Amino acid sequence: MRRERRKRRRIPRSRLWGGFALVSLVLGGLGATVARAQQKKDSCLECHAALEGPLADPVTLMKEDIHRARGFSCADCHGGDPTSDDPLAAMDPRKGFVARPPHRAIPALCGRCHSDAEFMKRYHPALRVDQEREYFTSVHGKRLRAGDTRVATCTSCHGAHGIRSVQHPLSPVYPLNVAETCARCHADAEYMAAYRLPHDQYNRYRRSAHARALYDRQDLSAPTCNDCHGNHGAVPPGIASVAHVCGQCHVRQSALFRASPHKAAFDAMQLAECVYCHGNHDVLPPTDEMIGTGEKSVCVSCHPPGDAGYQAAERMRALIDDLSRELERAQAILDRAERAGMEVSRAKFELSEARDALTHARVLIHAFSVKEVENVIRPGLEVARRGYQAGERALAELNYRRKGLAVSLLFLLFLAALLYLKLREIEGPK
Amino acid sequence: MSPWSEQRRKLLNILLGTSVGATLVAILYPILKFMIPPEVIEATQTSVVAGRVNELPPNSGKIFKFGNKPGLLVRTPTGEYKAFSAVCTHLDCIVQYRPDLRLIWCACHNGQYNLSGKNIAGPPPRPLEEYAVNIRGEEIVVSKM
Amino acid sequence: MRVETWRSWLDERLGTEAIREFLRRKEVPIHRHTIWYYFGGMTLFLFVVQVVTGALLLLYYRPSAEAAFESVQFIMTEVEFGWLIRSIHSWSANLMIATLFIHMFSAYFMKAYRPPRELTWVSGTLLLVLALAFGFSGYLLPWNKLAFFATKVGTDIAGDVPLIGPFLLRFLRGGEEVTGATLTRFFGFHVAILPGVTTIVLTLHLILVQKHGMSIPPSLEGARVRTMKFFPNFLLRDLIGWVLAIGALAALAAPFPWGLGEKADPFAPAPAGIKPEWYFLFLFQTLRLLPARVGIFEGEVVGVTLFLLGALFWMLVPFLDQPASRGWRSRFFTGLGVFIVLYIAVMTIWGYLA
Repeated sequence: MRRERRKRRRIPRSRLWGGFALVSLVLGGLGATVARAQQKKDSCLECHAALEGPLADPVTLMKEDIHRARGFSCADCHGGDPTSDDPLAAMDPRKGFVARPPHRAIPALCGRCHSDAEFMKRYHPALRVDQEREYFTSVHGKRLRAGDTRVATCTSCHGAHGIRSVQHPLSPVYPLNVAETCARCHADAEYMAAYRLPHDQYNRYRRSAHARALYDRQDLSAPTCNDCHGNHGAVPPGIASVAHVCGQCHVRQSALFRASPHKAAFDAMQLAECVYCHGNHDVLPPTDEMIGTGEKSVCVSCHPPGDAGYQAAERMRALIDDLSRELERAQAILDRAERAGMEVSRAKFELSEARDALTHARVLIHAFSVKEVENVIRPGLEVARRGYQAGERALAELNYRRKGLAVSLLFLLFLAALLYLKLREIEGPK
Repeated sequence: MSPWSEQRRKLLNILLGTSVGATLVAILYPILKFMIPPEVIEATQTSVVAGRVNELPPNSGKIFKFGNKPGLLVRTPTGEYKAFSAVCTHLDCIVQYRPDLRLIWCACHNGQYNLSGKNIAGPPPRPLEEYAVNIRGEEIVVSKM
Repeated sequence: MRVETWRSWLDERLGTEAIREFLRRKEVPIHRHTIWYYFGGMTLFLFVVQVVTGALLLLYYRPSAEAAFESVQFIMTEVEFGWLIRSIHSWSANLMIATLFIHMFSAYFMKAYRPPRELTWVSGTLLLVLALAFGFSGYLLPWNKLAFFATKVGTDIAGDVPLIGPFLLRFLRGGEEVTGATLTRFFGFHVAILPGVTTIVLTLHLILVQKHGMSIPPSLEGARVRTMKFFPNFLLRDLIGWVLAIGALAALAAPFPWGLGEKADPFAPAPAGIKPEWYFLFLFQTLRLLPARVGIFEGEVVGVTLFLLGALFWMLVPFLDQPASRGWRSRFFTGLGVFIVLYIAVMTIWGYLA
């Protein structure tokens, strides 16, 4: 504190005045708001803290609020005159006091600051300032504009008092909490009935591989609702853009797909690219059974037996199965050798290359080309076979040790018997 | 038992002598074999020779074996050496250096790391473990930090 | 002729004739308990195996947190017969502790500690302590996960020794925690300090055994006891035992190579079911059964104190067992011995099953 004050004193007066003039010039009306934020006197807080129940709640909640931490207070949103101790004067509507900002007015209220690039720069230069504009491109925003007050607006997701930074783990829009926040409305059957919208997306999402990564592995980069739908501009992605949405993270798969013959076919049939095989909210971890011609295969829904795609699917599946079987076999024999006490950690290490190839091949499926898959599987198979041979060698070595042991045991017993005879010779009757 | 004949006694002594001798040889053989240093000299591994100085041109990389894990030695476009664990933090695939992107890249799911090992794109949740690189004469020595 | 000259040449310088004379006269009593006389020699033989294999392992072992595990792995995979040497070292260590216990209890029950053999007993108990210390320090050297945590728990228990506990803990660990420093220390204990001390105590023990000869159990004292010559009769029998012991070691080491486990990671959570080596299990199990608090003291502290007092008592048995020293039967001490054997057996099995 003290050091700050000293520093401030060192700034030449003329410059200080110049700065003030500039700020008040640029900010115009906002200058008043800022000045107010820095004022000491705040009768709102003083009185409401002394009250009880819902009238005191905002004061308590605001203690955690990021705006409060930046020096803003009640009057900056609610208006009124916080310098007055007289409740009537302080909460005078003529001084702009609004007890409850109406639902419809909230985007504009928040936007007053958040859409102002110059203003926001002073507090958080990296923060975007297009949330309000984006919001009105969303289904929420459009409906709000059309007069529907049941849709979500800023406060529905961020809260009103006690708004925390997105990085705060307790914020309702922290990655781990987003799905729950959306689900407050979107998983409510009654609420959704009015819009004839499904309400099972949340439950389906929670089963998905994405949710598992996010909740079980606490991988904050795993997608939740807003990563695909957008946050402020939330809309369901259309068929055409689904692949782009998934491709944000699954770049390789999406690139392979777009270069594959499937791209044109899917477009022609108006199929949503990734979603058609993988689903949307409940994207499950893919299995090898999805390819091929089996019961769970997704290929057979379009490719009838005998057609080229059907054969390719069968072939790719066979390749992948081959490698995963060989890998398993090698792993099993190395495990067996290890349990028997043999050191096979090096062979196990080399096996990771085959596992690498399998993972790689599973990605390459999206090129829908047998040749591509084959090119990766072949060397993988070679590595897996070498691993298996190493396991066999280790077991053979163990066998050799056992045989050597048997021989040396016989030999030692023979020696013990000879020693015994020698003893008999010494101690026996002469 | 009948008294021991001189012949039996001799035979027993000969047998005993040879067996004891043979046993000693059988014990000494593995011991001597054990003492002969094996081909692979180092019981690694806090550091390993990852390559030779002129092996890598700038803007290239190579995989080397670090203990029982693969490592990635990168020569940056500016000629600096960097080394990382080559195990992708996503699903344990082996990463590689992509001269065209000037990044470390995982082929499995397009994970990307910058030349400090930081995960910058794709699914990897964590940066790659970085190793220290020292040049000792002609050898590039990589060691755990 | 020539042999004679050599012999006298050596005798003049080494006094071999006195040794030969001693060997000629040394006799071993023959009675129904003679079998127990072999366990001392067997323990000594296994100790020699330990010295030889241990010295060999030193050629490749590296005592540091970074390289210890890898060097043992290297021994097991790359060095010829490395797997055999290391497995024999581990198995022989366990067999040695087992024969040592048998040797000790047979000496106890045959009251071999009666005058004038009190110091033989005391030196023997010291050798027991040294052997256990060898086992405890050697267990950590491969620097694997199990050993790491077993050492953590074991040294924690040492920290419960009254008064000097905290000092002892720091002394053993070489710091507050089990780290690479602990490994280096344990290595020093295992290959230098303990062998040095053991050489002295073992020499004393063996000299005392030679000086006093084999003890005859009190029940047979006074009766006419047959004897056999130590050399060659008893020694040949010993030799048969040793040959069989080599066989047993090979039979254990080849099909059951001593595992290596995973490399220790000080930051990994402790795996479930940490157990010490079997010869510490009865101590461990007892401490586990004690309540957290006994009166105003911590349960573990009470347990450790009792064990220390017990060990002291055990060491001083020759001076406490007055009836036996006067040649009377001492039922109390025999009964106590039976109780201790049963206690150790029950606690070990319980600890193993728990």
